[in-house]
Amino acid sequence: MRHAVGALLRKDLALELRTRESIPAMALFSLTTFVIFHFGLDRRSVEGDLASGVLWVTLLFAAILGVNRLFVAEAEQGGFDGFLLAPVDRTALFVAKALALLAFLLCVEVVAVPAFAVLLLGPAPGPALPGLVAVLLLADVGICVIGTLVAAIAIRTRARDLIVPLLALPLLVPVVLAAAQATAPLFAQGGAEALPLRWIATLALYDGIFGAIAFAVFDFLLED
Amino acid sequence: MAASAIELEGLGRRFGERHALRDVSLSLPPGATLVVLGSNGAGKSTLLRILAGLLRPHAGRVRVLGRELPDEGWAVRGRVGLLGHEPLLYRELSARENLRFHARLHGVGPARVEEVLEAVGLGRRAQDRVAELSRGMVQRVAVARSVLHDPAVLLLDEPLANLDPAAAALVDPLIGRASGRTRVLTSHDPAAGLAEADLALGLRAGRAALVAPAAEVAPERVGALYA
Repeated sequence: MRHAVGALLRKDLALELRTRESIPAMALFSLTTFVIFHFGLDRRSVEGDLASGVLWVTLLFAAILGVNRLFVAEAEQGGFDGFLLAPVDRTALFVAKALALLAFLLCVEVVAVPAFAVLLLGPAPGPALPGLVAVLLLADVGICVIGTLVAAIAIRTRARDLIVPLLALPLLVPVVLAAAQATAPLFAQGGAEALPLRWIATLALYDGIFGAIAFAVFDFLLED
Repeated sequence: MAASAIELEGLGRRFGERHALRDVSLSLPPGATLVVLGSNGAGKSTLLRILAGLLRPHAGRVRVLGRELPDEGWAVRGRVGLLGHEPLLYRELSARENLRFHARLHGVGPARVEEVLEAVGLGRRAQDRVAELSRGMVQRVAVARSVLHDPAVLLLDEPLANLDPAAAALVDPLIGRASGRTRVLTSHDPAAGLAEADLALGLRAGRAALVAPAAEVAPERVGALYA
């Protein structure tokens, strides 16, 4: 399985490097959304709950763009058939796609989070950074697990672009809620406060439960 | 070794209410070639996809290399090569990158990739993106992909489509009778298909209108399949 995941992940990263279809679009969407919030909220800066909400809603919608494109090459260029003909565990495709989406999201966040700090965030971002990285990683894993599962369902439908947000957004409400709650103290006006462990645990639990569910059911999604 | 490489008993497959295949039965010994004849929509490609394990049969039994499909599909995967209408190649990757990707999935080393690239005459264009290759060249890469893992069974859907005579001769040792593999091939050129085959299956609206040794099939019986 490790070799298959490696081969699939390498192929996806090579395709993204070559086509630049997902990451630039996701990053540009994030930057544009921050600018819209900047003017839409009519505030020079945000902090606390509001800052946290703005960041996570933007990252979530940017992730949806990547989710929409996750299996397009497989569906349009015969990648599913090529994979299904190989003597490998089908779950390898799920793991590889989730890792690819995670890599895309991390690349986007490398651009989006500093942009958020410059364009919108009131408090200095430095002290919040270690906690923020931890929340980003935990939330990203949840988004990638659900995103990959939903993308695999949606790609076989005609209304892929509609199905992805309709299925993914409700399922990701707990992730956004927990991530926003966990991040809000980091953006407090008086400086970064301690991470609320309750919400960190919620994110970890969500990742574990939905990771196990996705791992169990993904095989069936590839069935004829 | 199983007595038959491929065994079908009352095979049926539907798409919604439409029967793509109905009650198809035959047996093909190892190393033999089956040609599947029939007009467009007769069920040829559906049969190949079922044999490849990509579609589930809705009725009857399918055994490939002694294994029941789809339940034992895991045991057959990797022992079957499919050359279908789609090349199953990523357009933005080079021919070599595509083959190396499939080689990793099949646990095949990079030396075999170079071997098949040379065999299909694309050693010099191997670094070109598939999107930049002509249709004939893409078909040659697809041929290379289909035999990369040295499959025991080859499923060939119009394998010579887009190939000029020189290219067809080039790929013949890989996918032709001389390859020694069990082959199932479809062809819109019945005479050429029958000349390649040991057994002929004629499909008409998904039903087996003809199952006979290829050498004994009279031209008028073939003509009736396309009427």
